[in-house]
Amino acid sequence: MNGSRSAALTVAWRFASLASFRTEGFPTIPVIILGVLIFLAVFANVLAPHDPEVGNLGERFRPPFWQQGGSEKFPLGTDHLGRDVLSRLIFGARVSIVVGFTAVIFAGVLGTGLGILSGFLGGWVDQIIMRVTDAWLALPALTFAIFLAAVIGPSAMNIVIILGLVYWTRYARVIRGEVLSLKERDFVRLAIVAGCSKRTIMKRHILPNVLNSAIVLGTLMLGVVVVTEAALSFLGVGVPPPQPAWGLMLADGKKGLMAGYWWLTVLPCGCIVLMVLSANLLGDWLRVKLDPQLRQL
Amino acid sequence: MKRYILKRLGYAAISLILLSLTIFLFVRLTGDPTVLLVEPGASQADIEAIRHQFGLDQPLWVQYGHFVSSLVRGDLGHSFYYRTPVLELYLSRLPSSLLLATAAMAFSLLIGIPTGIMAAVRVNRWWDSAGKVFALLGLSVPSFAVGLLMILFFSVYLGWLPSSGSGSVAHVIMPAFALGWYFAAAHMRLTRSSMLDVLGSEYVKLARLKGLPEALVIAKHAFKNALIPVLTLAGINLVIMVNVAVVVETVFAWPGIGRLLYEGVSFRDFPVVQATVILNGAMVVIVSLLVDILYAVIDPRIRFTR
Repeated sequence: MNGSRSAALTVAWRFASLASFRTEGFPTIPVIILGVLIFLAVFANVLAPHDPEVGNLGERFRPPFWQQGGSEKFPLGTDHLGRDVLSRLIFGARVSIVVGFTAVIFAGVLGTGLGILSGFLGGWVDQIIMRVTDAWLALPALTFAIFLAAVIGPSAMNIVIILGLVYWTRYARVIRGEVLSLKERDFVRLAIVAGCSKRTIMKRHILPNVLNSAIVLGTLMLGVVVVTEAALSFLGVGVPPPQPAWGLMLADGKKGLMAGYWWLTVLPCGCIVLMVLSANLLGDWLRVKLDPQLRQL
Repeated sequence: MKRYILKRLGYAAISLILLSLTIFLFVRLTGDPTVLLVEPGASQADIEAIRHQFGLDQPLWVQYGHFVSSLVRGDLGHSFYYRTPVLELYLSRLPSSLLLATAAMAFSLLIGIPTGIMAAVRVNRWWDSAGKVFALLGLSVPSFAVGLLMILFFSVYLGWLPSSGSGSVAHVIMPAFALGWYFAAAHMRLTRSSMLDVLGSEYVKLARLKGLPEALVIAKHAFKNALIPVLTLAGINLVIMVNVAVVVETVFAWPGIGRLLYEGVSFRDFPVVQATVILNGAMVVIVSLLVDILYAVIDPRIRFTR
């Protein structure tokens, strides 16, 4: 079965999933950053000083307060429609967090479920699921996501569905591999001998044992998903305007880039980078902590 | 060897069939495809004509047959916007895309391989840590962020490089860097781990026991073998680059395939979007097939252990 897989893609996948940064100790700063972003996302309506979607054209392109022409009213400046950048960044955190987490969970449930079915049932079920997984893994993720977005149409909900459909394969591969080895373990064999139904075994014995890997993969996928969402929004097929998504802010900010309105580009970029960096560092730490099997790879 | 190639050919064929089936089904099942295939503002009669022309009144499997046969004939439809066959458009943009991808690849290998080797030779020293930070940033900072920040710095503030367009060497530098940075980090990580693998092998130990100078051991014995997986991955990454370049090409208005896809999406030019996805997907499948066969030729372990 393994031989069916593209050898080169195996190298690529193994590498991509396990790009290790080997952090020592608990990643305090990344966790704080993620915590702050989640806090901003939850309390966005309370924390944001202005309405993120309504601007005042008289106040457009105001720089942050410390620069000449800036005011305390708009601490991080305003965009081309005179909307408050700080408020948009705060509400943008909500979009990224909500889309990121739901997409990761959706892809995780789909991929883990199919991975368990494929690994445990074997035979033609395995063949079909793995053929589809391989074919989808071979599809270029971003291009495929753009295509789906163009077909389904842009909305935050659709982005979640699209990201789930594009990224479930990453889970299915790894989880199936784990199930294959779990299947040979004594406790599963005993369950089979004891006459448990396949469903019970998958639910009670297999699922709890692959959950750790799924969580680790999910954290590592969070960064990928957030970047993809930002890229889709940047290209105009993601979260539709006037919603404040970071990718969308960058697309708008590009209009003022040549004029030197740096805050419209640098600040959203900074937010995306901080979130992805934190997710990657946390994921890496979780992997080492939760999953001794993945550690050696 | 023959068996391995046949098997890989078979799987590549399955991938291509699934690719076409996926695209076909998504367009048909997520709503009325005539909405996507008809130009905006078409009359009801036009819509009926298109529906008939594409056979959308026929059962799905007949439609799929038509879809595949026109794909095989190279008929990918006409662009609404450019009024030309999509295939022509695609082929006219391909050289630009390949130029950008090649430049980005050259950059990523030039940075990735030497730093990866250094990191492997000096494990856990400051150089290795610096490499880790570089890799972490490379894998975490998205290409559009790199591109936009570079424009701000090198075009707006310093005025050294043009912010968009193509045509001269200066135009390639920033897009190639923005696209290649992620891959430089990826190639660095892979070179490091592959080099560590080779350095622990018996023949390297033997070379050292023979009393060869360390530089020679690394340059002559370890380096060549450590490079095999890196170059394999680079082969596939070149096509992946053509695909992910859509963002960088949009940032820098680079006239490649990614830009074509972006235009297709923003002008609601569905034939262009569909054709680009099909051709890009096919390109990835075919190149990974070729790389795999090449890999099997170079490294007999691949074809015998499976």
